[in-house]
Amino acid sequence: MSLIPARFILIALPILVAAALLPLGVSGYILGLLTIAYYFAVFSMAWDLLFGFAGEVNFGPTFLIGLGAYGAGILNNRYGLDIPLCLLAGTALAVIGGLALAVPALKLSGPYFGLVTLVAVLLLQNLIVVFSDLTGGEIGLTVPDVISIDADTNYWIALGFMTVSGLILTAIARSPAGLILQAAGQDPVVAGALGFNVAKHKIAAFAVSAAFSGLAGGLIVFYMGTASVGTLIDTAVGVQIIIAAVLGGRRTIVGGAVGAVFLIAAGELLRPLGSLSTFVVSAAALAVILFVPTGLLGLASFRRAS
Amino acid sequence: MTVAVKPPAAATVRAEPCLTVHGLTKRYGGLVAAKNVDLDLRPGEILGLIGPNGSGKSTVMKLVMGLEKPSAGSIRLDGTEIAGWPAHKVARAGIGLVFQHARPLMRQTVLENIVLALLPDSLLRLAPDSSVTDRARAIAERVGLGAVIDRRPGTLAFADLRRLELAKAIARDPKVVLVDEPFAGLTGPEVATFSALIRGFRDEGKAVLLVDHNVKSVAALVDRVFALYLGERIAEGSAESVMADPTVRRVYLGGSIETAARPEAAFKRESLLTVEGVDVLYGKAQALRGVSIHVHEGEFVSVVGLNGAGKTTLFNAVSNLVPHAGTIRFGGQDLARMTPAAIARAGIVQVPETRELFGDLSVLENLDLGGHHLSKAEAAKERDKLYELFPILKAREGQSARTLSGGEQQMLTIARALMMRPRLLILDEPTLGLAPVILEQLSKALERLRQTTPITVLLGEQNVTFALPHADRVYVLEQANIVWEGPPDRFATEMGAAYL
Repeated sequence: MSLIPARFILIALPILVAAALLPLGVSGYILGLLTIAYYFAVFSMAWDLLFGFAGEVNFGPTFLIGLGAYGAGILNNRYGLDIPLCLLAGTALAVIGGLALAVPALKLSGPYFGLVTLVAVLLLQNLIVVFSDLTGGEIGLTVPDVISIDADTNYWIALGFMTVSGLILTAIARSPAGLILQAAGQDPVVAGALGFNVAKHKIAAFAVSAAFSGLAGGLIVFYMGTASVGTLIDTAVGVQIIIAAVLGGRRTIVGGAVGAVFLIAAGELLRPLGSLSTFVVSAAALAVILFVPTGLLGLASFRRAS
Repeated sequence: MTVAVKPPAAATVRAEPCLTVHGLTKRYGGLVAAKNVDLDLRPGEILGLIGPNGSGKSTVMKLVMGLEKPSAGSIRLDGTEIAGWPAHKVARAGIGLVFQHARPLMRQTVLENIVLALLPDSLLRLAPDSSVTDRARAIAERVGLGAVIDRRPGTLAFADLRRLELAKAIARDPKVVLVDEPFAGLTGPEVATFSALIRGFRDEGKAVLLVDHNVKSVAALVDRVFALYLGERIAEGSAESVMADPTVRRVYLGGSIETAARPEAAFKRESLLTVEGVDVLYGKAQALRGVSIHVHEGEFVSVVGLNGAGKTTLFNAVSNLVPHAGTIRFGGQDLARMTPAAIARAGIVQVPETRELFGDLSVLENLDLGGHHLSKAEAAKERDKLYELFPILKAREGQSARTLSGGEQQMLTIARALMMRPRLLILDEPTLGLAPVILEQLSKALERLRQTTPITVLLGEQNVTFALPHADRVYVLEQANIVWEGPPDRFATEMGAAYL
């Protein structure tokens, strides 16, 4: 039982090499889309650690992303801190904010955890509008520094970040601690009777998920040069992240990446349909969720198991 | 009863108990599930904790494991007070629980399930450890899971799922092992294998607490038996002495019961309800095996059986709530293709053991819902008759059902079912969790019902005291099979020994 299965490397490696070579052949516009898709892939993978393994539905992935993005952005915009310091601080803020939310919320059972996370998004959204001096409010926040102005470099950074995040999250999910986390998610009573502190493991998972979400949120700000409620925090963005993870396959981590790229690519391919395109993409996602609830990757891994 | 070869208990058991329970009490609202329970368990000893459904034995087990918090009392493990600790701390202190219903992780393999039980509660165990995997393999071999080690639990046979639960308990290596209904649903040879595995715990010097319904099933294995009834100890000692105990015999067999059976010949020849060769499978567990019963118009038939024997399943098959093989006819009609709603309209009204009252509605409203197909005048007449039968309901007319006591709720449930004017009333375990004094009131009401109306009743009960007096005929259901049929007055002599 190795942390990263060999079969997985065999499939993922050629795809990643091909993706790394893309800047040689495609336009900057497509690279830009994929760069965004890769950051969303990290959002979805981090979300799947909670939903797929800890068994908790977090309706507020954008709460964590927003803390990371605005935390990093404000420090750069206001105090001119270096980008790495801003990213670090943003990530820390996401983890702290995530824990402040998760520790009390995980004491609630049933659907209440999900509701608390949903309300947290609305709160953050309102705070940003209220403190518009600091945050730029509804207009958005601009940062003076960006990671790079070169589309290729930005693309490679996003691809590399997604790959490393995917590896780390997969390794955690498949580790002994990940097994305990799955036990806590699937049957907390049995996990408790086996001597595992269910709350501790779920809170740790939430912290890890928050760290990756916050870091990705910060990176996306320094890629785009702006942060706004509409692009990073709105509940619609959260829904996209959730759909991507479920579409790609619950409990697979990597499924989140597949789903995120798929959603953004499909949206682009269907752009000629105009406003219908969103509808078609949503309908297709709904169909996959209804008829293949294990998602695209889940389907493949179940074939293998049976 | 087979007497297994075992060393005399006194010789092997050390004097010092490792688990000491004192004055343990648990209240759920008004219901006292465990009352002042005192219990000692020594290393190398197997104690059988027995009692009928609702006696509090599962509650005691959950309190010890930390799955429920006690209302009062102390639980000491090697001198450390653990009462009220959360389950994961209790588990780490050295208590393990083998769940009655296998609860493995369905998406992990057998091996991974055992590995899980071997892991420490650490967030930082990120690297896989091959020594843990090796130990898990060894445990799997020991319990006989070697051949299926890489399969997922969903593909395992029922007995293998139970083996997996034992494997997890072995992996945790607890000082005290709690085993909930060790043999439920197992066949003869499987029972022997499991007994050997449980004896293995004792031979390693662990203390074992077996929780089960009756003495018979665990008699060959236990050193001592502790019998609970309504949350209190009624007997303690060797299996033989507990089986001979008059209180235990009264609880299980109903003591000397006045029966008033009418002979079967007194009823019309053809039966109202005929169940023939009914089989029901729940996944891999056989819940009913070739069950045949019949009920005549106007007859009162009791189906007696312990919890898990298949009573509720039988009733659910009659109401077509579970898929089943075999035929079920009611008044000449085949029920196979009828929906549960159509069967209810045809006159079979089931009172489930869970009662299913509308808690926020008043007594009157609950009754009116039962009689909604009647005209206003008829409903009022029917209601008055029922108020005569259950006077307490009239006094509680405006109260919401949730605020009634358990016994009153049961009466209301039966009354609501009667408002539907059933041709066949099915009562599923109406005595569950009721105090003796309430039982008596309910019993009187049923007797009056039987004598003053032409009603046909099919009663499922494990409480023999309640099931026998009213019955014209009795069936005994044991582990999915009908094992006995006869008049109630022959029950104690013919079935008594087997039922303890």
